[in-house]
Amino acid sequence: MTEMLAELLVPFSYNYMMKAMWVSALVGGVCAFLSAYLMLKGWSLMGDALGHSIVPGVAAAYILGAPFAIGAFLAGILASLGMNFVKQQTRLREDAVIGLVFTSLFALGLLMASLWPTSVSIQTIVLGNILAIADEDVVQVAIIAGISLVIMVFIWKDLMVTFFDESHARSIGLNTTLLKVIFFTLLSACTVAALQTVGACLVIAMVVTPGATAYLLTDRFGRLIVISVALGVSTSFVGAYISYFLDGATGGVIVVLQTLLFLVAFYLAPKHGLLAARRRRLAPTEAIT
Amino acid sequence: MNALIEATRIASERVPNGASISVRNLSVTYGNGFTAVHDASFELDPGSICALVGVNGSGKSTIFKAIMGFVRPSAGEVRLCGMPVDEALKKNIVAYVPQSEDVDWNFPVLVETVVMMGRYGHMNFLRMPSRADRYKVDEALERVGMSAYRDRQIGELSGGQKKRVFLARSLAQEGRIILLDEPFTGIDVKTETAIIGLLRELRASGHLMLVSTHNLGSVPDFCDRVVLLNRTVLAAGPTAGVFTQANLERAFGGVLRNFQLGGRALHDDDDTRHVTVLTDDERPLVFYGDKTRKGSDGT
Repeated sequence: MTEMLAELLVPFSYNYMMKAMWVSALVGGVCAFLSAYLMLKGWSLMGDALGHSIVPGVAAAYILGAPFAIGAFLAGILASLGMNFVKQQTRLREDAVIGLVFTSLFALGLLMASLWPTSVSIQTIVLGNILAIADEDVVQVAIIAGISLVIMVFIWKDLMVTFFDESHARSIGLNTTLLKVIFFTLLSACTVAALQTVGACLVIAMVVTPGATAYLLTDRFGRLIVISVALGVSTSFVGAYISYFLDGATGGVIVVLQTLLFLVAFYLAPKHGLLAARRRRLAPTEAIT
Repeated sequence: MNALIEATRIASERVPNGASISVRNLSVTYGNGFTAVHDASFELDPGSICALVGVNGSGKSTIFKAIMGFVRPSAGEVRLCGMPVDEALKKNIVAYVPQSEDVDWNFPVLVETVVMMGRYGHMNFLRMPSRADRYKVDEALERVGMSAYRDRQIGELSGGQKKRVFLARSLAQEGRIILLDEPFTGIDVKTETAIIGLLRELRASGHLMLVSTHNLGSVPDFCDRVVLLNRTVLAAGPTAGVFTQANLERAFGGVLRNFQLGGRALHDDDDTRHVTVLTDDERPLVFYGDKTRKGSDGT
């Protein structure tokens, strides 16, 4: 018994594991905060597009030995400019333009990685590698996530009004354009941070699943954020912990955990779950109030 | 509690009286080169309910957007209570009641949260409600008869209840100017009467309401001013002078259905007077010679 317990506590005795678990939890928490807003506006796939588009920037940064956040940021700007340009010049629909631009940039990133295999690891970018994260990358991720979290704590109500009813937000004197720009800047920054923990392919889950799960559990926006962040932090921390025993694939474990919790909520949620809906169908008189 | 009521009463009296809207030579041209409103002018004074009437695309929503600062005038100006729009918005002078189609009813907010949003402009930057804010929310919910529904998610309400929640938000906001975008679509007659009653109370206390509506039949009923639009102001002023058959036909062109009933088609005597019924989609407007009266539902 004590032996098993000792075995379970092993990850906590390694510096790199502690680092991985805390960084994952921080990133998971901020991404979950943003997911509460993103999934409400039907913009979820934007997270996916962003995650893939910044890959060439990260690859270039590693090749040149520059901070990865700067490369990712520049690639993000390139992606949004590219999408705008193609959309204005053609009659293509928005989803086609987004799909076209982000896959092109992603492919470019893969190409760069295969041309300079010694400085860039495709595996790291696409799947993340939090267990082997370099110290300077930890600093970048912590700064990005920390600043984003502080800003969100200050503006979460203003963003709620802006996303719920922009006309009203304006009528009480809020600068809604600025608020939206801040939101998307934070989203891009946190996508970059999440690249380190779960990789480009699974970033989308980090900025959608916790919010979607919380949405099934409450009708109060404040609570939705708390639940979402709690889910993001716990699944990321535990995911990193479990990945020690599974030897890698941290991103996969985190996202699988998030999905499992979503499925539980999907079935058991008190008001919006499958079970509750079935109960309402069986007793229709008390359900419609 | 009494001290609190007293405090809020004094606070509300400090809000400058004399809500007014002044639109002078307003032109709005959108980015794609479309001029939605050209050289529009009208003035509205405190203690008034004004209908904004025109066909779809006549510039009703552009006028609203200009008053809310959503679009910049390409010429002319809008002043609210004598102030530029941005300044008036910062002072919470304008409250907006959105059209039902413009609201995401699946948004996870409760009725009381929506009404509390009306208070945000009065709070500090962290938006922490004070006791006075909570009191105003309670009061606003009470006034529209929605106190019992404060813990409901907004999508669970009926059309009329939804509308009353947003009215409560504008009451909590204490805006002296209230813009209502199509307030009567999709609600029952009982709620419509209740809303009109509330608007009349607000008019008596000096508020200024601008109502965009298709509901021509009830305009003479509760609006004392009318602005007729067709990408510019065709006529503006007291209802009796502006809301005439000739003006309406000018504003709506061939869009309105126009029935003339008279003589033996209408009644079994030799009365030669005739009745004109104008309608677009909701309540018909009936002219009896030169007098206007509201018609009943349906034609």
